[in-house]
Amino acid sequence: MYPTDYRYTKEHEWVRIEGDLAAIGITDYAQHELGDVVYVEMPRVGTKLKAGESFGTVESVKAVSDIYAPVSGEVAEINPTLADAPESINKDPHGKAWLIKLKLASSAELAQLMDAKAYEAYIADKEKEASA
Amino acid sequence: MGAKMVNFGGWDMPVEYAGIVSEHIATRTAAGLFDVSHMGEIEVRGPQALDLVQFVTCNDAGKLADGQAQYSGLMTSAGTFVDDLLVHKISDGHYLLCVNASNQDKDFDYIRSHGRFTAQAENAGERYSQLAVQGPKALGIVQRLTRAPIASLKYYRFLAGEIDGVRALIARTGYTGEDGFELYFAPEHSEKLWNDLLEAGRAEGLVPCGLGARNTLRLEAGMCLYGHELDDTTSVWEANLGWICKLDKGDFLGRDALRAQKQSGISRILAGFEMQERLIARDGCPVLDAHGKEAGRVTSGSPAPFLKKNIGMAYVPVESSAPGNTVRIAIRAHEPVARIVPLPFYKRAR
Repeated sequence: MYPTDYRYTKEHEWVRIEGDLAAIGITDYAQHELGDVVYVEMPRVGTKLKAGESFGTVESVKAVSDIYAPVSGEVAEINPTLADAPESINKDPHGKAWLIKLKLASSAELAQLMDAKAYEAYIADKEKEASA
Repeated sequence: MGAKMVNFGGWDMPVEYAGIVSEHIATRTAAGLFDVSHMGEIEVRGPQALDLVQFVTCNDAGKLADGQAQYSGLMTSAGTFVDDLLVHKISDGHYLLCVNASNQDKDFDYIRSHGRFTAQAENAGERYSQLAVQGPKALGIVQRLTRAPIASLKYYRFLAGEIDGVRALIARTGYTGEDGFELYFAPEHSEKLWNDLLEAGRAEGLVPCGLGARNTLRLEAGMCLYGHELDDTTSVWEANLGWICKLDKGDFLGRDALRAQKQSGISRILAGFEMQERLIARDGCPVLDAHGKEAGRVTSGSPAPFLKKNIGMAYVPVESSAPGNTVRIAIRAHEPVARIVPLPFYKRAR
């Protein structure tokens, strides 16, 4: 379910390395929690981000959710398709609906993130808590 | 049923099933089924039931025929809202008030505190479950399960009948801006009627709908929500609900204050707006005047799934409230433009 070559954060973002770029998005768990996505607010190309810093918002009908940089870097690309088709975040959160691509400041930070197995265990725990 | 649940005023409620957008659109194009059993019911009975109802509400319940309902306000002596509600006249000396879930006990205590009338108020919430079927296909779906003449029930009229053998009060009312029915019946039949209605409506596209769609539907229809557009600081005139305020019906709580305010005028009024830029105004966002100072607050703000716009309601200075006028709304670091529009945003084709 969760791609094994991605890394994941507790705030439900994922990172996929593409050479010296890190593609970043929100996970399937996050899009499901949010509901129908209607709007995405993104940073400008060139913005420098620190790991843990908020870089934008993903909005559903009911909620506004901040998104946090999993790793540090400089914004190299933002996904141009999301302005007109924000719902693609619900449909393909791990693929077509990546949010931004960062020029990685340091690959050492990746080691701090969860792998797919750890993330799946993490959300399984969350679901247990929620239904308790 | 795969619903996302939330705690709403002590009730475990579904926010959405398949998704707010699809539920909302289904209600406008086919039909939606809403479990609204959390709503409160207060029965008022006795020789002076009408007098009691008239005293605590602002609309004229004396105009109601048997089997007729009206939208009204439960008033404070300042002319502001304890709650908004539907008043149903069952018969002389017998009224059923449908009130907000979160205000049930407050409303009951309030009505009961006006004890000088020969009438009994009963907090009847536990005796009623409520389901709403709303949408252009609602009539056909409910008719499948009843022999009662609901096709000839006019808007805001109700009758006592049976839904698949279950005794129910069937009202042609709703909180969506669509045609439809609200059904009141004994709680032990809830599961059966829920399933029966889903089954009866399946071929017509009836879907279960949660609180999320309930909110976006009523907002598009320009309907108020207590705690947002209405509370004990908002007067009937400020809320733009003058049409439910009958100053000449006789004395009622708040009448003097409302008369005085009518004379002196109001400084703020509830208005509808449409965002002119892509950002979405949310509940509580400040509305800014021409100098960038806070002049009001958004009471309800959301995307409108059917109209495909971002809309909301806000209290604005009267001088800024004319449709066509623009204001700015503070949303995070931005101040996008919103245009005042007449309410309702959506009106169903008749």
